[in-house]
Amino acid sequence: MALSKDEVLAGLAEIVSEETDIDTAEVTLDKSFTDDLDIDSLSMMTIVTLAEEKFDVRIPDEKVKDLVTVDDAVSYITEAQA
Amino acid sequence: MTTLNVRRGPEFTRILGLGVARGENAVPNDDLIEPINSSDEWIRKMTGIVTRVRANEDTSVIDLSEAAARDALAQAGIDASELDAVILSTISYPRITPGGAPVLADRIGATPAAAFDISAACAGYCYGIGQADALVRSGAARNVLVVGAEKLSDFVDPADRSISYLLGDAAGAVVIGGSDTPGIGPTIWGSDGGASELIKQNHTWLEIREDRDLPFPTLRQEGPSVFKWASFKMAPVALEAIEAAGLTPEDIDVFIPHQANLRIIDQMVKQIGLPESVVVAKDIVDSGNTSAASIPLATERVLRDGVAKSGDVALQIGFGAGLVYAAQVVVLP
Repeated sequence: MALSKDEVLAGLAEIVSEETDIDTAEVTLDKSFTDDLDIDSLSMMTIVTLAEEKFDVRIPDEKVKDLVTVDDAVSYITEAQA
Repeated sequence: MTTLNVRRGPEFTRILGLGVARGENAVPNDDLIEPINSSDEWIRKMTGIVTRVRANEDTSVIDLSEAAARDALAQAGIDASELDAVILSTISYPRITPGGAPVLADRIGATPAAAFDISAACAGYCYGIGQADALVRSGAARNVLVVGAEKLSDFVDPADRSISYLLGDAAGAVVIGGSDTPGIGPTIWGSDGGASELIKQNHTWLEIREDRDLPFPTLRQEGPSVFKWASFKMAPVALEAIEAAGLTPEDIDVFIPHQANLRIIDQMVKQIGLPESVVVAKDIVDSGNTSAASIPLATERVLRDGVAKSGDVALQIGFGAGLVYAAQVVVLP
């Protein structure tokens, strides 16, 4: 069953927190992965891969550069699993 | 009816001897950062590399290979005349033909051993081990020299931010021969040519012939995509190699992956689920990414540092441009 946007955010925050040690509460929709959360390109790929596994979606490599904010990623995943 | 004779070799093989040759110069990050507008800190964070070894201008792939091969033969206690095959894995031998292996074989006194190059990039050493193991067990060769050798500094672009600053020059060689006990487990290998664009020479020789304004060809990679593939897709290959050898991750003493990037190595350890007791080779920090040479180099390093010893069980896995990959469990010489 498809998860709601809030549920995807919560799950994604857990992945980000595990990869970067950032508190899950800091992972909010308005945050930029690069500028606010200081996530580099390799950590981003790890997060994307773990998100693919967790949410059973496919996020093509060429799409990752468009996922600038947490909202971008949450929206993409929410739509992809629909 | 005429029946042909067939040969059979020994049931088991092992690595009889190991030798390495690193490029003469340790090149620190600071020497490379200006053209890529980067910093020592950034390179360390993204790759773990502090220095990479690079050879003098007049040192060739064959020179590095010869030095490594002579040490491997000495440790194995095998004379070059006892080699029936010489396999050179390289992507930086600067001639399309003839290959480097016959030249190397002649240099070390192995003529008329069979000699051929393989082009399997960073998986080349493990591809070579798989072939040597099969050649010996089939009876096609008594002893095989496998050399992974690169002079990648001839194919780097100082202004390239994708791969050039990672690369180094070195050779690693092993002699494979028959054994009373199993010393090389089954090779799990494969390819994915659909992703051939991820790591490549930027211009083909024909493109350069057609457009003389093009610069000398150099290497490029899609770093994040390669990171994702190597970090996550290689773990099942490694686990399959462990299982094929009849072992579990708990049985592994040393993990010696291709030294592509420390971030990849760290993620692979996690994904494979290796216990904390496993020694993880991290020669990349000082030697950089030397493609086909990196696994034997890292093997020599863990032995020299005393964190691993002869007889230890090592999981090795190579992966790179092709895409190609190969893994096997070996007993260290």
